[in-house]
Amino acid sequence: MSIEPTIAAESRRDPWYRRLPVVSHFNKSVGLQRGMLVTGLILTSLFLLTAIFAPLIAPFGFSQISDADGSFTAQQAPGGKHLLGTTVGGYDVFSRVVWGAQTAVMVIIVAVIMSIFIGVILGLVSGYIGGWLDRILVVIADAVYAFPSLLVAIVMAIVISGGRSSLWGGILAAAISITVVFIPQYFRVIRAETIRLKAEPFVESAKVVGASNIRIMTRHIYKNATRTLPLIFTLNASEAILTLAGLGFLGFGIEPTSAAEWGFDLNKALADTTSGIWWTGVFPGLAIVLTVVGLTLVGESINDLNDPRLRGRKKAASGKSGPGTAGSSSAAQAAHSAEVSSS
Amino acid sequence: MSTNIGSVSDQHARGAGPVLDIDHLRVTFATDAGDVYAVKDVSLEVNPGEVVAIVGESGSGKTVTAKTILGLLPETAISSGAVLINGNNVISVSASKLREIRGRDVAMVFQEPSTALNPVFTVGWQIAEGIRAHAGHGGAARVSAKEAKARAIDALRKVGIPDPETRVNYYPHQFSGGQKQRVVIAAALALNPGLIVADEPTTALDVTVQAEILELLRELRDQYGTSIVLITHNMGVVADLADRVVVMYQGDVVEEASARVLFAEPKQDYTKKLLAAVPHLGRNSASEGMTERAHQGGKVLVEAKNLTIEYPGRLGSPAFKAVDGVNFTLSEGEVFGLVGESGSGKTTIGRAIAGLNRTTGGSLKVLDYEMLNLKERTFKPLRKQIGFVFQDPAASFNPQLTIGDCIAEPLIIHTKPTPAQARQRTRELLESVQLPAAYADRYPHELSGGQRQRASLARALILNPKLLIADEPTSALDVSVQAKVLELFKEIQAEFGFACLFISHDLAVVDILSHWVGVLYKGKMVEQGLGNQVMGHPQHDYTKKLIASLPVPDPDEQARRREAFRAVLGA
Repeated sequence: MSIEPTIAAESRRDPWYRRLPVVSHFNKSVGLQRGMLVTGLILTSLFLLTAIFAPLIAPFGFSQISDADGSFTAQQAPGGKHLLGTTVGGYDVFSRVVWGAQTAVMVIIVAVIMSIFIGVILGLVSGYIGGWLDRILVVIADAVYAFPSLLVAIVMAIVISGGRSSLWGGILAAAISITVVFIPQYFRVIRAETIRLKAEPFVESAKVVGASNIRIMTRHIYKNATRTLPLIFTLNASEAILTLAGLGFLGFGIEPTSAAEWGFDLNKALADTTSGIWWTGVFPGLAIVLTVVGLTLVGESINDLNDPRLRGRKKAASGKSGPGTAGSSSAAQAAHSAEVSSS
Repeated sequence: MSTNIGSVSDQHARGAGPVLDIDHLRVTFATDAGDVYAVKDVSLEVNPGEVVAIVGESGSGKTVTAKTILGLLPETAISSGAVLINGNNVISVSASKLREIRGRDVAMVFQEPSTALNPVFTVGWQIAEGIRAHAGHGGAARVSAKEAKARAIDALRKVGIPDPETRVNYYPHQFSGGQKQRVVIAAALALNPGLIVADEPTTALDVTVQAEILELLRELRDQYGTSIVLITHNMGVVADLADRVVVMYQGDVVEEASARVLFAEPKQDYTKKLLAAVPHLGRNSASEGMTERAHQGGKVLVEAKNLTIEYPGRLGSPAFKAVDGVNFTLSEGEVFGLVGESGSGKTTIGRAIAGLNRTTGGSLKVLDYEMLNLKERTFKPLRKQIGFVFQDPAASFNPQLTIGDCIAEPLIIHTKPTPAQARQRTRELLESVQLPAAYADRYPHELSGGQRQRASLARALILNPKLLIADEPTSALDVSVQAKVLELFKEIQAEFGFACLFISHDLAVVDILSHWVGVLYKGKMVEQGLGNQVMGHPQHDYTKKLIASLPVPDPDEQARRREAFRAVLGA
């Protein structure tokens, strides 16, 4: 009479590793969407591996201009000892590009973590408590939105470090300026979710039971409101790289002696282009483009896969019409179990 | 059958053959779970002037079948078999041909009239839209705006909208819910189709309005010979309107018979169970044989004196009185049934008792605490004495917590037990609501609706409250599941002995559980009394109308009631 047994049978849970954000998305993707996700994942992991193993990969240090054989020749074309050539200052381009990945990762991690923490807390409190606090925070967030983000970042960089400084000083300055720009985004998303969830019966039922506001916020709203965060994280990471590169390009980056920074190198390469020296600009630029493309592909794919209306599916067995590509039903089954458990 | 499609005079030449012939229909959906067979093998015929009801619980495939008739299935669906409307196979015809068939040969009436109408166009425009869309096709003459409007006025008059010449220019929000459904029906009738598919046409409406719409559909059939396919889960509606009934279960037709035969002697086990589960007004009443109010010796837990609850109006408009001068008491161990239609204030009263709404006037004492100036801090210790069961079991559990965590939450907040104690108590409660103890580790989406509502009951009862507020606890459930939950509810109430405020729009359900029943109408308590008295000998006109409107699941009895109550309903 009731359909209870079938429901029980369907709801086996997958092991935890299959329920991780990216893994579960991979399992339920098909066709072009899977291709995009895989491309993004490859580019992103290449970027991360380069950053982690930079000391092993790079033949020289990021600020090295000489070795046992003496000083490097400036503006040397790619090939020989210097795989991608050298810059006007005598730095090895390949080493600078590799070390630059490390700087980028550090900035992303610091910036995104800071903005997530602050943005989520402010969003939860503002959305749940509401009233004048909410109004003030929303006005501030809107005001930050109204500025061009690079302008805010420049102002912050000047305020924090006077423009340029050491490795950690530079990274923190860049990260904090990016944080200021990103907090309103996280704040907005979490606040909107909180306001929606506040009216849900399960929050009301917690109120009826006598749960305190802090308990409702942390136990009931927090977990439900933060489900879209992996997505914003990947999309913001690529934006953080662009902001960092923009800061470096405009001269608010990190000194070449304290860390390698792609945007800074691009700036220095400007003068080279007219004299036909292409390698100092192309390789850092390529590094920025590939990293941003990789992160964006991952983010966009996750976005599409999270939405059942945008997600491609293997079509039903007997038919001749319908979207998606044909495939085995066992894969569809696997995709389903990932879906059931991830939701 | 005519081949000269598109001329109006052919509409009545259809004559002998069936209007709709579904032959071995199968519908498959591609989902993340692989293929879902929504409709497995359905064959049925609808003759001219016949009302065929397709009944079944959620997931039985009845709505998918209805949508197939109109060719409204989503892209992910694949259908095979044949759906013949006047000789055209809806499944295989081209998109432009399908557009011609829709509206002219078959039209649809949707469940929710407020979303089926576009709020930014007048109803006249929306009715005329269908008329003009079909004009100028296949040799038919073009229709001028003026003529289309005249026909829209005609259609509105047919469905009993008063003063159609003026109201044709009204926007949907200027109509009440029942009138909106009349407008939707008028739009369906505009091209005089031979067949109307009505998908749960009265589910979103109050019971008194439902009676009017059912009457209207019956008149349409009698006067214009329109065939109706009625999709519903409500056996009372079936008994009231249908000539023939098709029972569906999990995508298959289980039984097909004329309404009278089906209700009198169902053949299949599923049909028998389904019919047995339908609550029938006047049977199985909780107050059967009682002559005076029970439990009056006990302490009074809830006392409302001239209780008023207002919602502030928008700038310039007066406040809305949701509850207006209501008096009642609820004593220890008693089950008080609160009945009313939407907007009657019944849910507002329940929420006010639980401290979710503020009262604005009069006095409401809950466990001797005056709710008029509610302070959360002083009321909190009393919360452990109050349990609350919400209407929608799916939404009232945090999807991120296990059922066990959800049930134990009140215990953890109020008594701070050790994890082992909490688990032990949760197990006991799950057992008393007849769920396996292992379900404590599951997540809410892994349970069915009925199981979730039992878990919800377990959560409300874990602190052994003196008072339980149940706000429409069974209205989101299928009828067979509802019957089981009601039975469980009754048993547990007898066992635990808590007082209960049972809120529902369904008189029959309230009668099964409640000793004492109060009827709310527009925020006022118009009548209260013993369940069997209120149901059997209603005093107030509104109660009479309410009871007269409720269709009983028995065609013969319902026909008698319809005649007997015609006077009341007409008033």
